[in-house]
Amino acid sequence: MDYNVNICETDIDYENLADGEPAQDFSFNPINEPETSTQNCPEILEMEVFKECTDVQSNRSSSTSDESLDREEISHLQRHGWSAATVKVLASMPSRTAELNKSRRVRYQASSHESPHCSRPVQGASVLADVEEINTEGLNFCAAENNMDQLVSSLQGLSVSEGTRKLRAMPLSLADKIEIRKVAFSLKTESSFIGRNIPCYTHLSMYISTTWRHCLFSCLPVFSSFKLWHSALKTLSGRYGTGVLSYFLFLRTLLFLNLLLFVITGLFLIFPQAIYPPRSSKADFSGIELLTGTGYFSDSLMFYGYYSNGTLHGDQYRMPAAYFFTIGFTLFIICIILVYRLSKSFGKNFQVLKSNENLAVKVFSCWDFKVSKKISVRLQSEKISTQLKEQLSEMIKGEDKKTCMQQLRRLIVHLLAWTACLISIFLGTIGVHYLSENKFNFNFKTILQAHNLPEDTELLVLSAVVSGINLLLPGFFNLCVWAEKYESPGTRVYVSVFRNLLLKVSVIGVLCYHWLKSIPANGLKCWESFVGQELYRLLVMDFIVTVVYTLLGEFLWRVFSQTILQKKRKPVFDIARNVLELIYGQTLTWIGVLFAPLLPAVQLIKLIVLFYMKERSLILNCQASRKPWRATQMTTLFICILWFPSFLGTVVTIIYTVWIIKPSENCGPFRNLTTMFEGGQMSTRHLEDAHPILKWLSWVYDCLVDNPVFLFLASGVFLMVIYFQAQVVDGQRKIVSRLEKQIENEGKDKKFLIAKLQDLCK
Amino acid sequence: MGNKQTIFTAQQLDAYQDCTYFTRKEILRLFYRYRDLAPQLVPLDYTNHPDVKLPYELIGSMPELKDNPFRQRIAEVFSEDGEGNMTLDDFLDMFSVLSEMAPRDLKAYYAFKIYDFNNDDFICKSDLEKTLNKLTRNELTEDEVRMVCEKVIDEADLDNDGRLSLEDFQHMIVRAPDFLSTFHIRI
Repeated sequence: MDYNVNICETDIDYENLADGEPAQDFSFNPINEPETSTQNCPEILEMEVFKECTDVQSNRSSSTSDESLDREEISHLQRHGWSAATVKVLASMPSRTAELNKSRRVRYQASSHESPHCSRPVQGASVLADVEEINTEGLNFCAAENNMDQLVSSLQGLSVSEGTRKLRAMPLSLADKIEIRKVAFSLKTESSFIGRNIPCYTHLSMYISTTWRHCLFSCLPVFSSFKLWHSALKTLSGRYGTGVLSYFLFLRTLLFLNLLLFVITGLFLIFPQAIYPPRSSKADFSGIELLTGTGYFSDSLMFYGYYSNGTLHGDQYRMPAAYFFTIGFTLFIICIILVYRLSKSFGKNFQVLKSNENLAVKVFSCWDFKVSKKISVRLQSEKISTQLKEQLSEMIKGEDKKTCMQQLRRLIVHLLAWTACLISIFLGTIGVHYLSENKFNFNFKTILQAHNLPEDTELLVLSAVVSGINLLLPGFFNLCVWAEKYESPGTRVYVSVFRNLLLKVSVIGVLCYHWLKSIPANGLKCWESFVGQELYRLLVMDFIVTVVYTLLGEFLWRVFSQTILQKKRKPVFDIARNVLELIYGQTLTWIGVLFAPLLPAVQLIKLIVLFYMKERSLILNCQASRKPWRATQMTTLFICILWFPSFLGTVVTIIYTVWIIKPSENCGPFRNLTTMFEGGQMSTRHLEDAHPILKWLSWVYDCLVDNPVFLFLASGVFLMVIYFQAQVVDGQRKIVSRLEKQIENEGKDKKFLIAKLQDLCK
Repeated sequence: MGNKQTIFTAQQLDAYQDCTYFTRKEILRLFYRYRDLAPQLVPLDYTNHPDVKLPYELIGSMPELKDNPFRQRIAEVFSEDGEGNMTLDDFLDMFSVLSEMAPRDLKAYYAFKIYDFNNDDFICKSDLEKTLNKLTRNELTEDEVRMVCEKVIDEADLDNDGRLSLEDFQHMIVRAPDFLSTFHIRI
């Protein structure tokens, strides 16, 4: 009896909004525009089968001789042109009469139409204006009276439960149903048929199922409120559209990934080492450590150097083994999660029934009648109008014909913009490279001493420059995109995403090169800790710059654009820049897990703060895009980028580090070994010696994983399975399109027969 | 369970139970909800079938319906007189169809009636426009409303008469996976 329906329990899962609506085939050219030709084919059924449409059009155009006949046919099909005889025949079609759920409602027609209507349909029908409705209504009313007897007799022939089910599903008023029931079941005794003649277990199962359903519905609001930021995201999605929503959903995904990472490393690495510290901390804590990661932090749980290479708690917990296997395990788990999400996203885009979210269905089934609070109702209206506008924008996306000159000009503008962006990326990368190698030969120390800053501040220069590049260049890209004047907002976002991606990939690439090539050769005391500190600095500086930019920059930009540029609308949320920022931070975290196990915690805090800040800034400074567009594949794209350059790049980097680079001699769990991988091998050998049962594991490893033949076989089998599945999906699609064609042909047949019937009856 | 209530006869309750998707308990609970709307009008004894009709204003003030933009249509469709004034039978019928147990065809039938504003057994363009304006609280421009209506009729109209009949509507609802969960009021 809960009529305080909460906002959370009552909506269609909005996550499906962002991705589950495949308007077109997903190829890596998401700029595919749907043909608008369906609007010219009224005979085409709801499914937007584009190929079929062009087929039908060509068929129609080829049969020009029949066109006059077609036109006549169509006029015959208008109901006001039907003669009474036709109507009578049609009304007695099997699909219209005895089917109970197609009978007309008898309720208030009974009060408004008197019985003389019953005799009307056969004569003088053409005199009345809306003759067809009254005809069919009157016919059905008569039919209904006869139907009453028919219904009663049909119920009597059935078993009790069947009869009750059929009675309940009749679209009649309750009073009529009670009458029918009385007549139909009058021979049986008065008690309800729910109670009798039903075996105990059915009764019990019904009871259990209803109780379960009640429990579920009452628990649902609780579960929804557990889903992080559910209500905030609902508000955002309703007001700003699916593009912005996909950014925030992506942020939430990354948050959970980092949480998982943090929990695993915390449990297996940080916690044991925290309980058994190898030595006490030497340095004091001063504020600058939060930024540079040196000093107090350099010899702490934060970085690789702190971890011991022996065993803890007596002889029970080997740190090197734990380190190696934990990192491997986390990367493996993240790999599996990403592949799973990627395949799910791709699956949604390749769905067989392409058009299960067409406009008509949306209009009639989107309003959730359970929603009762005023605020939720308003939000729901907003959401529906945003969705409808987005779908409309996709429908009217026609390219205007451009002249040759205009096309050439556009091409030149595009080329210029791309060249400018690529050159800027190249310059930025070169700058970072030279700075990291310190080829500029700046003497920072003297400058810092002159200003009385601590020496360690020198280390901040690189991260400051990188963050500066990450701040300024995306602004430059936005300028280029504005100059290029793309027509659809979707295209604009995709182009921006690609350019930002190039920038981030080059920056991270050059930094990784620097870390893996030059630093180990530099002869530092503990190079892994140093790399960890660099990563930490990059992350923290990025965080600070983002905070400052979000709080001040977006605010100032809005003020600037509204007062000086005199634009009436607030600026639009920049999805591309923000998403690539997230991916950049996540890549740094993943690379850094090996060198600084606490880095996921830093990233976690950063993401939580970022969510609330971005949300606030969005509501204050930004507005929904004037041209709403459907971001059906945004989430898939983001996960794709997260998987392919980001995660795979990280894995390659880490494998290279583990396999090839010599760990430092004095610190960390892998000291005095040639490679970290060797440490892993040693640990496995120790484990086998300690627990001989595990020898079979290493045997399995040697036989299967190390064996190239097995790997070839396994990949061959996987490829075949993928091929078969692709063929099955293809076949299903073909069958669906054939069935659609069949339905269409049936419709045509029906129209043809009606026209012929008309002719015959004349 | 013990039938200690005196509102309905046992036969009445059985009849209600067989003709709606509610159990005895729920029917009684619904009766009390109905009565709470106007305690002075609704007697506590329905054994002799009193003819009591609650005016639409009371029905429309129920918490489940008060902010629903379609509440007037819902009441009109389910009421005997077509004006929204409901007897207890109408009330039970309405919530029975809108409960989670009602089958899709039944719900589609009544949904069609609700969206058919002019009661001509077809959803024509003006009905669609009214529906859209109610759904979006008049936030769409006229052009957009017109385009949406055209597209909807294009997609769903199977017999090419420029409006949706019940068959068209039911055919379309078959492919709406959320229809059953959205066309549902919990009481």
